[in-house]
Amino acid sequence: MPAFDPNAKKMLISGNEAISLSMRHCNVQFAAGYPGTPSTEILEDYSELGGYAQWAPNEKVAAEVALGAAFGHARSVVTMKMVGLNVASDVLYTATYTGVDGGMVWIVADDPGQGSSQNEQDTRNHAKASVCPMFEPSNSQEAYDFFRIAMQTSEKFKIPVILRMTTRVDHSKSIVVPKEELPAMVPNFERNIAQHVMVPGFSKPAGRKLRAKMDEMEAWNVAEGPNKVEMRSADMGIITSGISYHHVREAAPEASILKLGMTYPLPMQLIKDFAGKFEGKRLLVIEENDPWLAENIKAAGIQCESKYDPIFRFGELDVNRVRRIIAGDKNPDPVPVKGKPPMLCPGCPHRSSFAVLKELDCIVSGDIGCYTLAALPPISAMDYMIDMGAAIGMGIGLRNVLPREQAKKVVSVIGDSTFVHSGITGLVEAGYNRPDTGHVVIILDNSITAMTGQQEHPGTGRHLDHSPAYKLDYGAIAKTAGFDNVYEVNQVKEPEKFKELVKEALEKDELTLIVAKSPCILALKSILAWDKANKEKAEKALAESEAAAKKNGNF
Amino acid sequence: MSVVNVKFAGLGGTGVIKASDVMAELVFEQGYDVKKAEVHGMSQRGGSIASDVRFAKGEEVQSPMIPTGEADYLVVFDETQVVVNEAFLKQGGVLLTPADIDVSKLENVKALNVAMLGKLSKHFDFTVDQWTVALNKLFAEKFHEGNKKAFMLGREG
Repeated sequence: MPAFDPNAKKMLISGNEAISLSMRHCNVQFAAGYPGTPSTEILEDYSELGGYAQWAPNEKVAAEVALGAAFGHARSVVTMKMVGLNVASDVLYTATYTGVDGGMVWIVADDPGQGSSQNEQDTRNHAKASVCPMFEPSNSQEAYDFFRIAMQTSEKFKIPVILRMTTRVDHSKSIVVPKEELPAMVPNFERNIAQHVMVPGFSKPAGRKLRAKMDEMEAWNVAEGPNKVEMRSADMGIITSGISYHHVREAAPEASILKLGMTYPLPMQLIKDFAGKFEGKRLLVIEENDPWLAENIKAAGIQCESKYDPIFRFGELDVNRVRRIIAGDKNPDPVPVKGKPPMLCPGCPHRSSFAVLKELDCIVSGDIGCYTLAALPPISAMDYMIDMGAAIGMGIGLRNVLPREQAKKVVSVIGDSTFVHSGITGLVEAGYNRPDTGHVVIILDNSITAMTGQQEHPGTGRHLDHSPAYKLDYGAIAKTAGFDNVYEVNQVKEPEKFKELVKEALEKDELTLIVAKSPCILALKSILAWDKANKEKAEKALAESEAAAKKNGNF
Repeated sequence: MSVVNVKFAGLGGTGVIKASDVMAELVFEQGYDVKKAEVHGMSQRGGSIASDVRFAKGEEVQSPMIPTGEADYLVVFDETQVVVNEAFLKQGGVLLTPADIDVSKLENVKALNVAMLGKLSKHFDFTVDQWTVALNKLFAEKFHEGNKKAFMLGREG
């Protein structure tokens, strides 16, 4: 059950919960995603509310299945964190050309301040570059409302739409009053090859049509978009969007505000009209991360002040920082007292794995997950980490160029969910462009996507709602890709055996996959409960079908 | 009235999020505008964690995050986290720590967060019943009785 009463007339819920509820009330028919903080809870909550949602191997596949559903005249949703959009961007940049037949919302969650991310990229750049309309809610009510507006806009203009979230809006709670349900769409196939097949002959005119559509959408945004002009002081106007709006309201309660709800395509006439009221006075743009609004507004020939980027483009904004932006304070941020950093849990199987890799003095090409914490003291046993799946490719690159005695120490270490996400093609690369020294890949299989809060994936044998699913065999993939040796070992129960396997693999000039399999200790209880429930359900179904067969005399 | 700011802080697993949920639920039920901010993700690996609850009647709460130096109450569940968070406390604000509770009388150490809520409750006019309703809504039934005891230990201790 969800953590809130979906039938209440008024509720205190997070932005993510608000989106999941809005998805239900909009009768979304299909939702897919890949877990990533701060977006993960949306699909879980949506599933608990009775909606259909599935985890895909990665964001690109999630976007493709959701796009297929939208081609089939359904309402579909894909969710991801901002770095996931890099993986899925190949889909987005052409899906805007084709447009959609039903409705499709891309929920992309940015992480200003990098609470749990490897970079601080700003999704607004992707929206502009892919020519994808974008909405930015600033609280839970707007998350609820803007999801609906985004879906309706997608249907009206036949185009995918981005709902750009940020960590604070995803995870803060505020009050939401829900609305009535939208009638469901009726999925249906309609042949339109020129619309849906992007060969140059079809995509060249589609690109021009897309730009014309943006002109139309900008006019709509000026006239009807969810933007607000709040006139107070005649001396200072502030243009803002998203969570920054609330910081601005608190930091400068007297300021007039143009709050932009739809930030691509920007409602330039609205901005010009607002700016015109502050000629000879102060007009400021206040936004988190990149100076995206400011650059676009200035490029349109509108004079405005923007934040001091050497300081304020980094990290989240808050009320104090907004006060400082308004005051023109260019001093460095006060340094907060350092809290206790996160650590691998006591009893975490990753501890056993990295103890061995450290002891053997391996050069560790690592990846994204809880185990990335092994790069920090006191373990300090991971040498590289860039993006999902990179462990294997980077390891092969190192093996190719390093002197033999160093190359022989290189190990690629990757978690189970990350391996499924983007590690499989790395194995194919290893088999295809085999380094002279071979290579050693270790999958740290804790049987769950642990980092984001214990989500299922194709290697767990369970779906998003924990019902049984086909379970991927990592060793079989490695063998097919050309690996010479495949081992599985529980590195917690048999640390000596694990150490011997790694040592032997490092000595050989062969391709070796070691699956170090020991469940996440936080997830263990849940995993056992899910498997038990699935087993009981299967046994009950079997007994029922046997009883039915007996009754019908077919036994 | 102006906005009331309560900051909860501790280490991952000490019940920070739960306590802030109870406080937010309580004031929501009493008709206040309320916003609550928290940090997820890496924080669940035993690191520092904090959650802000801001509420007001007759005016809108804007930012979900309490600005530095503006917390009316700082409720800390782990002594090591006082120094990390004390800059948020306003001058004359109230700091509550586990030292304010006779922890030896706690039947379940995990209920420290509820006992701290009991301590905090003395600073507000909400009734014990109102607090109990919020607590019961956020905890499974098997914890209700133990929570009541822990809450009263904090409130009366």
